[in-house]
Amino acid sequence: MEITNYLGLAAILFAIGATTVLLRRNAIVVFMGVELMLNATNLAFVTFARIHGDVTGQVLAFFVMVVAAAEVVVGLAIIITIFRSRRSASVDDVNLLNS
Amino acid sequence: MTASGAEAALFWVLAPLMVLAALGLLFARKAVHAAVCVMFVMVGLAILYVAQEAPFLGVVQVVVYTGAVMMLFLFVLMLVGVDAADSLTETIKGQRWVGVLLGLGLVVVLLGVIAQATFPPAVGLAEANAVTNPVALARVLLGDYVLAMEVVGVLLVTAALAGLVLTHRRRLSVRPTQRVLAAARVAALPQGRTLTPLPAPGVYAQNNAMDTPALGPDGEPLPHSVPRVLRIRGQERSATAVLAEEETLVARDDLRLIGVGPTSGEAVPAPVGLVETTSGASPGSTTGGTGTTGEDEDGGVR
Repeated sequence: MEITNYLGLAAILFAIGATTVLLRRNAIVVFMGVELMLNATNLAFVTFARIHGDVTGQVLAFFVMVVAAAEVVVGLAIIITIFRSRRSASVDDVNLLNS
Repeated sequence: MTASGAEAALFWVLAPLMVLAALGLLFARKAVHAAVCVMFVMVGLAILYVAQEAPFLGVVQVVVYTGAVMMLFLFVLMLVGVDAADSLTETIKGQRWVGVLLGLGLVVVLLGVIAQATFPPAVGLAEANAVTNPVALARVLLGDYVLAMEVVGVLLVTAALAGLVLTHRRRLSVRPTQRVLAAARVAALPQGRTLTPLPAPGVYAQNNAMDTPALGPDGEPLPHSVPRVLRIRGQERSATAVLAEEETLVARDDLRLIGVGPTSGEAVPAPVGLVETTSGASPGSTTGGTGTTGEDEDGGVR
């Protein structure tokens, strides 16, 4: 098996995450799609680290994880705030700025 | 460099399962199912990291993603409401087909790029990991990326503060004290509030559950003896249905006992008493409760 198969898996997972972001209406599920995309890039980073024999790729994946954790905290807090004021977690209902 | 046979087997077992779970995120109706699917993908990724000579990242993946991030997602799902389903009305016309098309296009483009690209011969991490993987990572992280590391620390503190600020609720009125609450209860008496605790659900001869209402001293069922949530969901049973069920049971017992009666001579008096006690126990809550007080031993009268 070629190591580049891992990159194919990462590409498929990334595309599924992106499709989730495009198609789903529930803000939390959309957010999970973003997480899936970040994880897919991490897999690509780890695979490239192995191909090049350099752990820098793993360090970058580590940074992605930290930033994703921070992003989840802020994003979920925003979702909860919107849910409190509008009683809905659907991205379609947040259209206050829409005339 | 190609992967070993064991690694290939691991990959070909895990990768299709992970893709299926990721599709579960895309198609699951309930958000909780989607969250469980994503958790599966993340644990699978952790296993693949360990297989790819990145044990430290594998552990961090399990701890940070499945342990913290997805648990946070589940907590927020609990707050927002577990059965908040997607609305199926399209606000943008044709969005679904455009989305599917873009997703498929992305897969084709990415896989095409990966297939076309020429990768250098894979080196492997045996040399870089000679000092064990965490040590090698730490040398790069605290050597070349010290500044980024510190900036990330600032980012984490900012995010924690943002989480606190965004979910903080400013109190708009004075916090009510016990005395104020008590006064409000008494003042609400004319509107039908009761001072005492709400009555407990009914207990019948054959039925003792939260969904059956108790009977008042006048024999009428008390609707507020059933928890409010059950009433809103319409999962409440009516007292008459429960009582009717028990009546049929008693009637069947009567028939059976009458059938037994003639065969054994001395068995006749005993069943009569039995019938009387059972029949007295269940409809007693309707009839017995009316004349006497509310403190009947019969659980139905509350």
